[in-house]
Amino acid sequence: MNGRRIAADLKITARGYLRNPVALFFALVFPLILILLFGLIFSGGSGGPVTIYTQNFDHQSPASQAFLSALNNTSAVRIQLVSTSVGNLSTYLGQNGYAVGLVVPAGFGANYTHGVPVHVTLFTNPQAASSAGIALGAVQGVANAFNLAVACPPLKDCQLVSIANQNVGSNVYTYIDYLIPGLIGFSILTSPMFSMVDVTSSYRKEGLFRQLSLTPLTRAEWLTSRILWYILLTFLSAAIMLGIGLGIFGAHVTVSLDILPFLILGPFFFVALGMVAGSAARTPETAAVIGNIVTFPMMFLTGTFFPVSEFPPALQLVARVLPLYYVIDGMNQVMLFGNLRAAGIDLLVILAASIVVFVLAIVLFRWRDE
Amino acid sequence: MPSAIEVRGLVKEYGPVVAVRGITFSVPEGSVFAFLGPNGAGKTTTTEILEGLRRASQGEVQVLGRDPWTEGRALHVETGVIPQDFHFFEKITAREAVEYYSALFHVRPKVDDLLARVALSDKADARFDTLSGGQKQKLGLALALVNDPRICFLDEPTTGLDPHARRAIWEVIRKLREEGRTVFLTTHYLEEAELLADRVAIIHRGRIIAEGSPGEIIQAHGGPERLVVAGGPAVVEFFRRQEGLAPTTRDGQVEIPIRSKEEGLGYLDALRSSGIPWGGFTVERDTLEDVFVRLVGRMDDGVLKSEGEA
Repeated sequence: MNGRRIAADLKITARGYLRNPVALFFALVFPLILILLFGLIFSGGSGGPVTIYTQNFDHQSPASQAFLSALNNTSAVRIQLVSTSVGNLSTYLGQNGYAVGLVVPAGFGANYTHGVPVHVTLFTNPQAASSAGIALGAVQGVANAFNLAVACPPLKDCQLVSIANQNVGSNVYTYIDYLIPGLIGFSILTSPMFSMVDVTSSYRKEGLFRQLSLTPLTRAEWLTSRILWYILLTFLSAAIMLGIGLGIFGAHVTVSLDILPFLILGPFFFVALGMVAGSAARTPETAAVIGNIVTFPMMFLTGTFFPVSEFPPALQLVARVLPLYYVIDGMNQVMLFGNLRAAGIDLLVILAASIVVFVLAIVLFRWRDE
Repeated sequence: MPSAIEVRGLVKEYGPVVAVRGITFSVPEGSVFAFLGPNGAGKTTTTEILEGLRRASQGEVQVLGRDPWTEGRALHVETGVIPQDFHFFEKITAREAVEYYSALFHVRPKVDDLLARVALSDKADARFDTLSGGQKQKLGLALALVNDPRICFLDEPTTGLDPHARRAIWEVIRKLREEGRTVFLTTHYLEEAELLADRVAIIHRGRIIAEGSPGEIIQAHGGPERLVVAGGPAVVEFFRRQEGLAPTTRDGQVEIPIRSKEEGLGYLDALRSSGIPWGGFTVERDTLEDVFVRLVGRMDDGVLKSEGEA
């Protein structure tokens, strides 16, 4: 392995790639279009009123009724009553993945009427920052109105209704949160697969590999340069995706260096797999067919566009045999669930698969014929 | 002079198909060697074995004293190759291609020098997919020269090119020879071999059927010199009546095989004395092409086949 030759090959690869509008479109622009499209279609929920799951322990009093209907009338929030028998609201919210909850305590009406301070408890999720803000604003507004309605002697604190804001322990994810790791995975899959299958078969047909074999460049150096290139492209497209997701759609994913192993091993695996698919076929046409057969199931069934957890159980099993599932699940574990242990297991699966495919690529991929 | 290429008893089989059936030849260092043959004769297979792209089934092959298949990496530093139908990365310019090869070979990139040599300076910044067939071939030649090679393998470098581009490539090949490099050339243009090569081998159906300088091959396999006289039927009739002569006619001319100039002069003298009107005369001998067509044709007719397999 010689760094100078790898650098020279990386340079020529980058030049060729950057001058190829089709390849560039599929690597960078296409995932961008997908995230904008899916983000706009499916994040429509944030535009409507925020649902507040509410337990009213004072449901007999007109004051509590008035308080909740005033909230409903803001049109920013919608009150969804939850039975008081479900127990602790915070736990209930967490179990159901709900972002916002409100508890109106017993005696709310009686205390308010007698000028005794009361407080309502608002549960919000910092990860669902926008709904939390909307809910807090609405509750605060209604509470102020209630406070102003009491005749207040001068120089006296008349904050009768106050708000205790508590964080909900559980995480709440929106569609866009799943979409970011999903689409990063999508581009980890598609850009190396489509172009490596094509490159491997057409370079062989045009005799370019034979030609390279007559230079000091080795197969391993060539392969390394390709892998480095697709890792670079993946970094770039992940950065774009995170920028759009966080900037435009207000996604709340954790951006941490712990996703780096996936951004490196993912392209590594698919560059090698693309070479295997390209080497297995005799003509570029068959290679394209093999490439598509390998690629298409992974494009849809591994959590790229929709979380696998929402799939029917049978399809969830299918997803688990597809390597991209482990790349996307691993990134979900890091970026959404913060479960590094689970991410580590995913990483081990990809590492093992990468080694197998890399060895296979080296065995099948030949510069020259016998 | 030491040999740049030594081949002994080379056989190449592709499964049941035998492409090369035991050929032996050597190429002295600093000479131009042309490998001639019809399509499918085994030229490219032999060339690729010499280049280290294919493994010989049997026989011994040495290029600059090395086995091209097992010592390819060491050998490729000293060889330059244009494969048949040269291709390169489509979106890369000629200049970038030379820079890339220079980096791979770890030599200083002499882009302008090399492109000027192959008369491609005006296309230095043109991308490969915009070059014409001749320009692509010239770039291939420039890349083959990046590492200042001792041997150049040129596999049908002028096939499909217009006469102008072909002449430009010939110039480069002549220059290579002047610089003392060995050139191994395959072609099916006889004229090209005759013009450029010090030695020629004619390969057909995997066997070398003639080898030597173009002159030697014509001497050995060509027909005798012919006296060609222009004239009407009376001239034909005159020669027919001469004892021991077998004149043939072609395009209104009479052709008489002769063994010496004196013999020819004798016939012309007789014709002049006869008073029959005639147009003029030339003395012709076979070109390499005539020899080639005859040899290949005879072999295809099976005349040489039985000899060859004996």
